[in-house]
This record gives sequence, structure tokens and C-alpha cells, in this order.
Amino acid sequence: MKILVCISNVPDTTTKIKFLNNNTTFDSAGVQWIINPWDELALTRAIELKEAHAGAIENITVVNIGPPTTEPTIRKALAIGADNAIRINLDPKDAYSVALQLSEIIKKDSFDIILCGIESSDYNGTSVGGMLSELLDYPSVSAVSFIDIDGDQLKLKREIDGGQEIIGISTPFIGIVQKGIAKDARIPNMRGIMMAKTKPLQVVEPVSTDLYTDFVSFDYPKAKAACKKVDPENVKELVNLLHNEAKVI
Amino acid sequence: MENIKVLKGGEFLITESSAKDVFIPEEFNEEQKMILGMCQDFLKQEVHPYLERIDSMEPGLMRSLVAKSGEMGLLGISVPEEYGGFGQPFVTSMIASDELGAGYSYAVAFSAHTGIGTLPILYYGTEEQKQKYLPKLASGEWVGSYCLTEPNAGSDANSGRTKAVLSEDGKNYILNGQKMWITNGGFADVLTVFAKIDNDKILSAFIVDRNYPGITFNPEEKKLGIKGSSTVQIFFNDCVVPVENLLGKRGEGFRIALNILHIGRIKLGANVLGASRTAISESVKYANERKQFGNFISNFGAIKYKLGEQVIRMFAAETALYRTSKYVDDTISFNIANGMDRVKAYMDALGEYAMEAAILKVLGSEALDYIVDEAVQIHGGMGYSAEMAVERGYRDSRINRIFEGTNEINRLVATDTLLKHAKKCDSVVFGIGKSVFEQIDSNNESSTSYSDYFEKKHFYIRQLKKAVLLILNRAYDAVGKQFNIEQEIMMSISDMSIQAYAAESVVLRVEKLKSIKSEADFSVYADICDVHTYETSNKLFKAGMDAINSFAQNDEYIKLKKGLQQLTSIEPVNIKEARRRIANKLIEDNVYKF
Ligand SMILES: Cc1cc2nc3c(=O)[nH]c(=O)nc-3n(C[C@H](O)[C@H](O)[C@H](O)COP(=O)(O)OP(=O)(O)OC[C@H]3O[C@@H](n4cnc5c(N)ncnc54)[C@H](O)[C@@H]3O)c2cc1C
Repeated sequence: MKILVCISNVPDTTTKIKFLNNNTTFDSAGVQWIINPWDELALTRAIELKEAHAGAIENITVVNIGPPTTEPTIRKALAIGADNAIRINLDPKDAYSVALQLSEIIKKDSFDIILCGIESSDYNGTSVGGMLSELLDYPSVSAVSFIDIDGDQLKLKREIDGGQEIIGISTPFIGIVQKGIAKDARIPNMRGIMMAKTKPLQVVEPVSTDLYTDFVSFDYPKAKAACKKVDPENVKELVNLLHNEAKVI
Repeated sequence: MENIKVLKGGEFLITESSAKDVFIPEEFNEEQKMILGMCQDFLKQEVHPYLERIDSMEPGLMRSLVAKSGEMGLLGISVPEEYGGFGQPFVTSMIASDELGAGYSYAVAFSAHTGIGTLPILYYGTEEQKQKYLPKLASGEWVGSYCLTEPNAGSDANSGRTKAVLSEDGKNYILNGQKMWITNGGFADVLTVFAKIDNDKILSAFIVDRNYPGITFNPEEKKLGIKGSSTVQIFFNDCVVPVENLLGKRGEGFRIALNILHIGRIKLGANVLGASRTAISESVKYANERKQFGNFISNFGAIKYKLGEQVIRMFAAETALYRTSKYVDDTISFNIANGMDRVKAYMDALGEYAMEAAILKVLGSEALDYIVDEAVQIHGGMGYSAEMAVERGYRDSRINRIFEGTNEINRLVATDTLLKHAKKCDSVVFGIGKSVFEQIDSNNESSTSYSDYFEKKHFYIRQLKKAVLLILNRAYDAVGKQFNIEQEIMMSISDMSIQAYAAESVVLRVEKLKSIKSEADFSVYADICDVHTYETSNKLFKAGMDAINSFAQNDEYIKLKKGLQQLTSIEPVNIKEARRRIANKLIEDNVYKF
């Protein structure tokens, strides 16, 4: 079986977010880039599967859609343990263009298991996995928190209200993974880091796509309002504030 | 590499460097950045969640962390590939020491193992010894330690009384004696033990396996800080060591000990950086959360002063460390290109920068001590609580001024090495000092003749170096052969050298940053440069005056004081505003990000 893990290049979670051009473009100056945390966990689980089922998984490929500047992030995925990488040379504008480019790659090469994170920590769009499934006409399972090989099928678990759903699925399919998919992201070790530069990183030109999204502008979240303290004796005041100021009851 | 000038040891005082000649952390390559990230992630996953348990010396825990570090490859960074390591450049090994320095007691275990625990065998072992020990030390299967200090032989390491006598059949050395303060001693498998053979005056070194007969270990010492790091006394009672375990030649032990210490000192200079960054980040996080008088305390000027100053000292120590580390790498490459074998190339390079190594050790450990001290202060009462990370940081910092040669010893080494350089090339070093002295009354060079920001800074740096050479020359003339016992003067000169090296390093890095950073991002580095130049000039003046007041009288005193004033005077800068801007960046980032 062959696994494809889709990885997105996102700003480090401690980045101070700033915008340019009248709040229409993200200011990437000085930003530290990382592998999207969900994707990193998906990759970790893929490697665990490969290690646990010797021979069953022959290859793990990572794919990223991005300009040449994303290559350090891709090489980190190789250092963590992916066997080879593909970069589609495009600075993607929205989830649709990501899904479309991915589908083209998957059509060309046969992957059995395609993993992507349920969301990415930059735009948190939560839509690439579903679109990809539609474009390829592959089955997909969302919010997967467990995956393992079970004979010639895959066993998946997803968290549902008050319990778990256990699913058996045959390949090919798309697993849209939740954070529990692996305990901790695997840290690349020295050997992995040294090997990363010797592993294949193929650059593929994108297919042309229409752009369906136009970013009008971004807004910062409202600064948190100051806490108001209400005397424990003064329930009336509390009710009044909840009614008229917070407007929650 | 073309056209880059690599300074020789101590040469910084007589030669001007330009920004393009120095290596700065912003130039780490992709692999080095990945290694840096790996170290941070390793601490986050494997060390930081267990600090309490580590400090309570939970049996087996530290040992297992060393083993895990081995699995990650962290123990083999400096070990050549043919012995199971990764043969990485010196700078890369310093990056790991720097980042892992944020690991409290773990950092000490890591450092002792990869440094003094492994390097003696790497650099002085025979092929058989290397084959036998290095792969297992690099993988973490075995842990190394270094047994030099004895109850009566600390700073004066060569005075140790541990003895080795050849057995009658000539097959073994029989070791007798006692070692003290041995890091990782509680679980180390391999001990490098220094002892004197028969009636030798100079130490020899031996590789001793833990399970050789005749070794006993005392229980763990109870310590002020780094409580999770193993420190024990070791007794050798007729301990039988095969003759093939002699490391290096008979009588070569003291040289081995000293050379390994040069590396240890630079490594310590790296280690304190990780610890400093953590303490600064803890400080600003707290200052951004704690309110008094209706204000976050990070809004108070007195706190901003501390935050700004923490950043500046950290930045200076870091800058000097990586500058020197790259010199070491370049000298090694140069040596190898000129036909030296790798081991000799390394030893030569590290010996070359003995003065800088001593400077980095003192500069770094004292920067960290300032930083953790103010970290506690910024936390107020909470800083005194064992619940807070800064409390541990404060206690753990203190050891750095004691081991790898106390800071007194290192200050003496710095000036002593400078003096050796001076005697070797008398005309240059002493010559500059002499001519500076002669020109004091006629000197009318002033910073006002430079309008460019960096030209002005370079002028200041030239002046500071002249001040060092002036005092060195006059002090040496005044006290001559007594120089080595006039330690106060040696210490003052050492402080001047430290300030000059730090000042120059910061100017050069900031100058290089000008072409890397956007204008908006750059301005805070100019602030760092301004305040640091101001501070170092003042400190250098004070140290110089201390020296002058110790050896000069009458006309000479007056003239030297005038000279020192000329050489250390800088144009006004609003250090209050500059420090505030530095602090404000830290406050906004809420983490050390310079
Ligand atoms: C936690 C810990 C871990 C250690 N780990 C190791 C280890 O793994 N292996 C090892 O071999 N050693 C180790 N040491 C020992 C350490 O290197 C010594 O403690 C250090 O070198 C100082 O020696 P000392 O303690 O005997 O102090 P002393 O040499 O007795 O010094 C006492 C004071 O006198 C000053 N002094 C001494 N000589 C001079 C002089 N000539 N001029 C001016 N001032 C002087 C010193 O600076 C110091 O202030 C460790 C120590 C500690 C505390």
C-alpha cells in the first residue's frame, strides 16, 4: 500500500498575525513556518503504520502545494520519515485550488491511503478533504482519530457525540484526520535530518484553475473586554448585566 | 568562504574585523535550524514535563533521558560517522548545546556526556579505544564521565594524588585515590580518570569501565541547584585497569585535561544561552500578566529596564559565542586543508582560541546569572516560590561560574593567554599599547569626525581595544615579573578584554543584520548596539581605572586616566528610551525572539 500525506505550510502558532494592503494580504515577513500540526500528526501515524506492519506499507509520500519557499517545511517532513515528496509549484489561494491540484497528483499516481488534516492552522477552512473526495470520487471519512491496518481493510475510528464510531474501509480512500490520530508529532532525529536532503523532492507544475475566491479583507479578533466583577450578594446586578450588557439571557 | 578573514586567537585586540567576516545565528543553514527545532521539541516532549521528577533523582530517569538523546542522535553530533556519529561542524554542536541548555539538570548531564565524557576518547584514543567506546557513547548505550577533580585538587588540577602503578606482570595499572564532584558519576559506564603514574609530576589519563574491580561510588551529593544532575565521589582501591586503557601517552593527561577544558568552556558559553532565553521568556510572560497599581508591571520603566538589559546581555553572549565557534570551524578546515590530521586539526583550533574560550565562559555564565537574578526579581515574591520555573533557573545557573574552571581561573587564563600572545609578537601588542600611551597628550581623534553610524561604532571599538592594550602594556611595565601574582590587575585586564570582545561582536552582528532585516525590524538591533556600546565602554573604563589605581602613580596616573577617558568616551545616547524600545519588542512578542 502507498500512503500520501498532504501537508500544509503554516505560520508557527505563536506568530503575531499582521496584514498588509488594507488588510487584504497576510504579512509573511519574519514568520516562522511549520508543518500544519494536524498534517504532522497524520504523517506520524503513517510512519507508525509503516513501522508496525512491515511490508504492508511500501511508501509514504508527502505533497505540498506551495512556492519554493515551502521546501524547508517539506524537507522537515522528509526528516520526520516520509520517503519522498512532491511540491506543486503554486501559491494556492483557496481550498478549491488546493483540492484540485491534489486530485491531479493522485490521478497520476495510485495512492491507497490519502491522509489530510481536518483543518490547517492558518485559515482553518476544513474543506480540502471533502472537496478532494468529491473531485476524485473516492470515499472519505472525516474526523478520524484512529487508523490501523486490519487484514486487507483499514480500521478507522471517529469521535461522535457520546461515543465512537468504528469503520472498516477498503482502499483507496481519504482519511481526514483529527488531532488524536497520533499521540505526539514525531521529532525528526539526526539521522532523519541528514537523510532528508538525499530523499527525492519532485517539483510539479500546477494545472491551471479558475479562482473562485476573492479576499475582501481580514479583520482582527476583538480585543477581550475587561472582566467585570459582581458582588456575590448582588444577584440582581448579575442578572441585569447578563440581560442588558452581555445579552446572553 | 572567499575573502573571509579568520582571526587567530587573541588577534581581535590588534586587528579590525568587518561584518562580513563574522558568522551570526541568522546564518544557520536549513539543517542547523532543523537540529535546533529538534532540540526544542525534545525538551518539550521528554524533559520539561518531568522537571520535578528529574530533580528528585527518580532512579533511572536521567539515565533513560540520556539513552533517548542517543536514539535521537543528539549524542553523536560531534562524533565522526565511522564511530557511529554524525561528524557535524563545531557550530552545529554548539547549536545543540545552546538549545538543550534550556533543559536544567538534563542539560548538565547532556553536556558532561557529550563533552568531557566523550571527547577525551575521541581526540586522544587509539583506534581500538575509539572503536570500542565511541559508538556506544554516541548511541547512549554507555554514559561517559570525566574524573579530574579531587578533594584537594580542584582549580589546581595537576596536584591530584590519585596514583597508578604498573602491576608486576606489566598487564595492568593499579589505581588508588579519590575523585570528587563527578558529573554523571551515579550511572556512568565509562570514566576518564586522571592519575599520576609512579612518581610522575604530571597526570596521565585512563579509560576506566565502571565494572572494573576496586571502584566504589558515594551516594549523590546534595546540591544548591542542578539537583537532578548526578554528582558523586568515586573511590579507587586497587582498581585494576588494563594497560591498553592508558589514554594518550604517559604524562599527557594534564594536556588532555586542559585541551578538553577549552572545548568545555565554549560549550558552557553555548549552554547558558538556552537557559537565558528561557528565563527571559518566563520573565516577560509574568510581567505581561502581573498587575499592580492597576498596571501590568511590564509597563513600569524599572521592569522595562530589566527586560531590556536581559535581552542585551543574552544577545551579546550569543553573538560572541557563534562568532568564535565559526572561527573554530574555519581553523579546523584550514588545518585539514593544510594536511593536518583531523584530531590534530581540532586540538590546534581549540588551543588557538583559548583566550576566547575563557572569555565566552565568563561572559556567558555571568550573563545568565544576571538574567536569572532579574527573572526572580521581576516575579517578586512568586520568584521565590518553588512553583515557578525561574526559581529553578536561578539555582541551576550558579554552577556555571564554578565548573569548567572557576570564573577566577578563566579570567586569569584570558589575561595570561593574552600576555603569551603579546610576548610572542612583542612589537605588535606591546607596541600598540606603547604608542597609544605616547599619543595621549597629542591625541585629537574623536568620534565626531565620523558621520556614518557604523563607522562611528567601529571607531569606538578601535578605541576600546586600544584601551585594553594601553593598560596591558603599562601594567606589565610597572609590575613585570610580578604580573602573575598581581591577580587583581590581571582580572581587570581580563574584564576589559571581555568587554571589548563582546562590544565588537555586537557591532559586527548588528551591522550584518542591517542588510538582512527590514528597516522597521532593524531599528531595535541598533538600540541593542547603542546601549551595549554605552555599557561596555563604561564597564571597560571602570575596569581600566581599577587597574590604574592599582599600579600607577603621579604623572603616569594622571596621563593614563586621561587616556582611558579619551578611549572610552562615547557620544550621548538616550539609553532609557533605547532600553524601553528593546523591552517593548520583548513585551509585544511575549517570548524572546531577537
Ligand atoms: C556540580 C558540580 C559538578 C562538577 N563536575 C565535575 C566533573 O564532572 N568532573 C570533574 O573533574 N570535576 C567536576 N567538578 C569540579 C569543578 O570543576 C571544581 O569544583 C572547580 O574546578 C573548582 O575547584 P574546587 O571546587 O576545588 O575549588 P578551589 O579550587 O578550591 O577554589 C576555591 C576558590 O578559590 C579560587 N581559586 C583557586 N585557585 C585560584 C588561583 N590560583 N587564583 C585565584 N583564585 C583561585 C577559585 O576561583 C574559587 O573561588 C564539578 C563541580 C561541581 C560543583
